[in-house]
Amino acid sequence: MKSRFILLLLIMTGLVVAFAPLPVQPNAPQERTFRVEAGQFAYSPSELKVNPGDLVAIQLVSTDVVHGLYVDGYDISIEADPGQTKTLSFVADKPGSFRFRCNVTCGAMHPFMIGKLIVGSNNWFIRSIGLAALATIGVIVSVKQKT
Amino acid sequence: MSKIELTRNPFIKNTLKSRYPQLAVFIVMLVGYIFAILAGLLGTPVGSHNFSIVFVWIAWWGILILVAVPFFGRGWCAVCPIPLPGEWLQRGAVLSPPDKRPKWLNLRWPKALRNIWLQNISFLLLALFSSVLLTTPNITGIVLAAMLFAAIGLSTVFERRSFCRYLCPVGGFIGLCSQTAPIELRIKDKQVCVTCDGKPCYNGSQSGYGCPWDVFPGGLTKNTHCGLCMECIRTCPHDNIAINLRPFSDDLAKPSRRIDEAFKAFIILGSAMIYAGVLLGPWGTLKDATYNVGTSTWFMYVIIFLAMIFVILPGFFALGILQTKSILPLKQRFASLTNSLIPLGLMFWVAFSLSFVLTNASYILAALSDPLGLGWNLFGTASAAWQPMLTSILAPMQILALVGGLIWSARTAQKAANEARTSSIPVIVYCFIVTLVMLWLLV
Repeated sequence: MKSRFILLLLIMTGLVVAFAPLPVQPNAPQERTFRVEAGQFAYSPSELKVNPGDLVAIQLVSTDVVHGLYVDGYDISIEADPGQTKTLSFVADKPGSFRFRCNVTCGAMHPFMIGKLIVGSNNWFIRSIGLAALATIGVIVSVKQKT
Repeated sequence: MSKIELTRNPFIKNTLKSRYPQLAVFIVMLVGYIFAILAGLLGTPVGSHNFSIVFVWIAWWGILILVAVPFFGRGWCAVCPIPLPGEWLQRGAVLSPPDKRPKWLNLRWPKALRNIWLQNISFLLLALFSSVLLTTPNITGIVLAAMLFAAIGLSTVFERRSFCRYLCPVGGFIGLCSQTAPIELRIKDKQVCVTCDGKPCYNGSQSGYGCPWDVFPGGLTKNTHCGLCMECIRTCPHDNIAINLRPFSDDLAKPSRRIDEAFKAFIILGSAMIYAGVLLGPWGTLKDATYNVGTSTWFMYVIIFLAMIFVILPGFFALGILQTKSILPLKQRFASLTNSLIPLGLMFWVAFSLSFVLTNASYILAALSDPLGLGWNLFGTASAAWQPMLTSILAPMQILALVGGLIWSARTAQKAANEARTSSIPVIVYCFIVTLVMLWLLV
């Protein structure tokens, strides 16, 4: 009976950790411009951080061959020829961590040419730490109960 | 949950007993495999448009890690085409045993090598060149051909499937992880095997061949070395072999104490973490280091890779369990508790592969129509655009896999610790820490 109650408690807490809204710091939306250089097979800078609601402009500059930039989750992309600059503008209205990747075959390591866009805080990572900690505590409690 | 014998169903049993359904799958797989070699050697050097890269490293790998290993264990080995030509040559037959078998050397595999160390080494060798292997069609073609010829060569020198059992780079990985699968091949009644004359399941008979995996089914307690080839179902004169549906990771309740298998667990865990950082991370310098084979940065990568697998991961694990009390000496306790890492290692690979496969799966359609990248359009899908799939739910899926793996491993650690009469808490904490690292790398 007691172990069932603990299990139920852990599941309920897990649901709260996974789905409860996290506190957000209110920031007035800003215009954020990044110059991102793309060369085989990396972006520089490779990590971009913005606040939710920001109007983001990514100026993609290709330094060698044709490269692209596709943002996971936002499903938007841009391509730039060597030496050219193309701009991708969007409102960062989805919080979280998103990978951006080259969407033009640019050489052998093309599938792994990846960068990271972080909008606000990486909520999924924060929640996942909570869930992993909860899972660990849950199993340890069950070990202690049995001994 | 108790076990359910699937072979009680006459359709399943007859399908497994007959050689023809398996032969049909074998032939399709062998044709696909040879085509992958040819595509790698003769097709376009652009990996994302070449059948060998797209079908081997995206389609096959995705199915293997996300479906075959978790649910069917060594199910892939049951239809793998690599040992076939060598086995046919060794047997002098494609189907049932012939009256007269060819006289090959038929040697026993050396006793000192009857472990999975060679498989550990072959996996690591491929892993160290993985950036080149995964992206360069002709290297993939050469490696696939080398595995086929190695299997043929070994079949003419050694008995049974020596390549699969002792050398295949993927075989050790699948074998260890197959212990977690909800399917098994086992005998029904031990006494029947004890009194059985001639042990045809191991030695062969007119009905079929002796176990190609050099396993006596009567003593089978784990999935690790059973290749699910179904030969013993055909040869058993007493109908004493069953395929069972069972709870997940049933084998891990009786942990192995082999040190070669313990290090395989660290290889599975460590290589998934390294790949997640190198291939899916935003660090271009790391990618360059892994791709530029032979350079000083590549050698640095090799040192870090090997140190991670042979020193850092096992070192922290050993430190964690060092202070615990047990009836087992440290070496046996280390090997025994390492089994708990297998579910987590498998789920690390699931989480890594989800990202890799879902973002690149759309290449499959284009490669199907134009497998060599020569401008063909066989099925009208050659111009299918690259489009990542399910990226908005990728992170939750990966978290589910990783936290699920953590719980699975922690529960397995409890059972393994009970066997060794020691505490599972250091192992659970270790699993928690490596899971946090993997979450940081992937999410």
